[in-house]
Amino acid sequence: MMKSSRNRKRKLDATILRTATNYLLPLLLMFSLFVLLRGHYLSGGGFVGGLIASIAFVLHSFAYNTKRTLRLFSIPPLMLIPIGLVISFVSSFLPVLLGESFLTGVWFADSVAVIGSVGTALFFDIGVYLVVIGVVLTILFTISETVQ
Amino acid sequence: MLTLIFLTFVLAFAILLLKDFVQTKFVALISLLPFSIFVYFLIYLTKIKDGVTSLVYTSDWVPSLGISLDFKFDGLSVLFGLLISGIGTLVYLYAISYLRGHPLLHRFLCYLTLFMGAMLGVVTSDNLITLFVFWELTSISSFFLIGFNNEEEESRKSAMWAFSITGFGGFFLLSFAIIVGSITGTYSISELLSQSDLLKESPYYILLISFLFIAAFTKSAQFPFHFWLPGAMKAPTPVSAYLHSATMVKAGVFLIARFTPILGGEVYWNNTLLLVGGATMVFGAFHSVFRKDMKGILAYSTISALGVLMFLLGIGTKTAMYAVAVFIVAHALYKATFFLVTGIVDHALHSRDISTIRGLRHQFPILSIVVMVAALSCAGIPFTFGFIGKELIYETGLLLTNQVYAYVLTGALLFTNVFLTASGFLIGIKPFFGSFDKLKRIYHRPDLYLLVPTIVLSLLTIVFGVFPLFIYNELILSTFSALYGAVVELPLKIWHGINTSLLLSGCSIVLGTVVYVIFSKWNNSLAVMDRFNQLSPKVIISFFVEKFRQFAYRYTFMFHSSYLRSYLAVIIVFFIGLVGYKLFSDVPLRVNTTGLSAFRVYELVVFLIAVIAVIFAINTSSRLSAIAATGVVGYCICLIFVFYGAPDLGMTQFAIDTLTTVLFVLVLFKLPPFLRFSDRKLQIRDAIISISFGTLIAIITLQALVSPADKDISRFYADNAYVLAKGKNVVNVILVDFRGFDTLIETIVLSIAAMGVFSMLKYKDDEELEK
Repeated sequence: MMKSSRNRKRKLDATILRTATNYLLPLLLMFSLFVLLRGHYLSGGGFVGGLIASIAFVLHSFAYNTKRTLRLFSIPPLMLIPIGLVISFVSSFLPVLLGESFLTGVWFADSVAVIGSVGTALFFDIGVYLVVIGVVLTILFTISETVQ
Repeated sequence: MLTLIFLTFVLAFAILLLKDFVQTKFVALISLLPFSIFVYFLIYLTKIKDGVTSLVYTSDWVPSLGISLDFKFDGLSVLFGLLISGIGTLVYLYAISYLRGHPLLHRFLCYLTLFMGAMLGVVTSDNLITLFVFWELTSISSFFLIGFNNEEEESRKSAMWAFSITGFGGFFLLSFAIIVGSITGTYSISELLSQSDLLKESPYYILLISFLFIAAFTKSAQFPFHFWLPGAMKAPTPVSAYLHSATMVKAGVFLIARFTPILGGEVYWNNTLLLVGGATMVFGAFHSVFRKDMKGILAYSTISALGVLMFLLGIGTKTAMYAVAVFIVAHALYKATFFLVTGIVDHALHSRDISTIRGLRHQFPILSIVVMVAALSCAGIPFTFGFIGKELIYETGLLLTNQVYAYVLTGALLFTNVFLTASGFLIGIKPFFGSFDKLKRIYHRPDLYLLVPTIVLSLLTIVFGVFPLFIYNELILSTFSALYGAVVELPLKIWHGINTSLLLSGCSIVLGTVVYVIFSKWNNSLAVMDRFNQLSPKVIISFFVEKFRQFAYRYTFMFHSSYLRSYLAVIIVFFIGLVGYKLFSDVPLRVNTTGLSAFRVYELVVFLIAVIAVIFAINTSSRLSAIAATGVVGYCICLIFVFYGAPDLGMTQFAIDTLTTVLFVLVLFKLPPFLRFSDRKLQIRDAIISISFGTLIAIITLQALVSPADKDISRFYADNAYVLAKGKNVVNVILVDFRGFDTLIETIVLSIAAMGVFSMLKYKDDEELEK
């Protein structure tokens, strides 16, 4: 990665990295989702998942450039932050509507295949996942845009 | 009540969305909100009438801390509730016409509604902490109202002063609440009533009442904190009429009145109130007649009236409490009228200078009658409500058993009333009599919205003055019993026969007229006062504020060198000093190496890699390789996490390390070329700092291993992760469930950081682009 950024400076070809990235990006994103979902039973969770997803996009931006990576998003990464916060907050507030106290875990009776039992904790974690992606990408891309 | 206050707040923000609606003529409908609250309180009035009965509604807020949203209806809270909502209704109507066409009218109404909700909360709360919250909300919303003309510097400054002084008092209210809570174990004001002795005998009694006094005196503009009130007159006139005559400034009086049955009756309590209230009423009344600006006169006479109320509470006798209840109503009625009329005059002539305004009687006949009634009520002429108030005030002074006291206190009251009468005449008579200056232009004639509120207030002044029984039975009696703690009948009479208090009333009217004549002729009176400006509390407090600011500036400058390296050094040295001191002075050092497992080969390898990377990072002459080397150290630590069974931590650390390295690389190109910033000396200093820091952390870690830790919490998490939260990964269950609240707040912190970076860099970027 560091090599490539240097290379980009010298306008050297980054074909290998680019080709690899084209496959790695979806793979890493899927992996990040996998880490997110397995979190409740095995190592992983929203925070790590979000970080891995961010790394995937950062890798893409190294292989190409930040503008091109941003084009992959239909909304700016900054918008992921409020979305994530809202999801987290709604999932913590949901139990209040059901007569429980704030942030109590509420679960569906039946568990879903692959994912396991679905409850507010999962949505809470998804919110964290989105916030982390939003935060990391906003900080990194803003800095990299300013630098260029 | 909770629903009502909640609704008020919701509506306040809803008004913000109705930007266009508030410019239409239907906006007057908004005054239905305070009006319906007024009716609501009227209904309660019949429920609590005569007697100490009070209705308490409870609902929990934070039960574990004893904080609840309890609301209490007794005479005192209903009296204030009626004032707030009643005068509120009139002020809304008035403000809509006064600020018609103002582009920010919707904001104004939002602040006003917020203020009303907060104020209703203050007077009905039955929980100390809730009371504090509403108390602060009134300060905050009044900040926005005073600074409403935010393009004028004076206006912003006044808002700051008002906010700093009242906010300063707010801290003391909180401290008071906490001390009361720790002594009695409850925050509920109703429960405190039965714990009065416990509080009075507590060694903290003096401290307690000092805190309460500071809170009340700052809010009610008592000497020496009074100066924010004249400044706050920069607010639009409806705000002055609402906040600075009838409601907010009386919150301090309310607070003292509320706690009189609980903490009052002691020598310190009464004497402090007598001294401060007395000084304020004499000072304010004397100052008011020197002013030429109508609002200035009103500001000082309001300060004086608040002083009178504190003074009466300090006397604390039965008659005094009656006088308080009556005078609150009488003052609110005539003072609000004065303010509203001042607003109309200001609106009409674009001037409030009484030395130039004359003969308005010919232009505004109705208005002159209305303001005349208010002036007469202020002077205490019979058949106005003010007369009854004044009689009671004198009676309070005369009924004191101690002769010396009676003479001194009655004398002070007489002096105050003479000057208050004069200042009332300066507002209510001087601008309206004489011949109208033909050269003056009338900009706006008052419409019905402006006139009706003043007419209503004056009518009430007369109705209550002629038929005092009209409000005696319900309102005055129940307020009195809430203040005094018992029901004692003391009927209000218009005519007491010829006695000393009537004589004193007559005296104050005659002398007041004399003072009025002197000061209405004396055009240069303000200059005399200005000479004493150097000694005024405002100048003295400003001096300290300025010194404090300078100190803060120097202090900040010392630590904010804008070098990352010195920030880090300061933080780490401070940490070493603090933790090191605690560790070596308090904890017996025991390092037990027997329990540690032996080095395994791969651990040794990882350790060696890390050591080599560190040495490389220190000695390299290229930034990029230094960053890469620190990345290697980070990865080594991840591996150690993985070896010792913390895969979650390892994964996260791994990702974070990668991203940090990327971040470094990104900013790398922005940095100046690699130079040797530090000489030998600095390097040695840094080496000492970092080595001691590392050693300290290592010692703490070893120490932690041998300390008997309380395993209850971790065992609880391990046992219940699956049972309660259906998760097998304890770390994640803690993050999203057991300690979910922390995570929620951490995500918010992260978001703020991201927005900070975004706005800082983007803003700078755009600025540079413009250049």
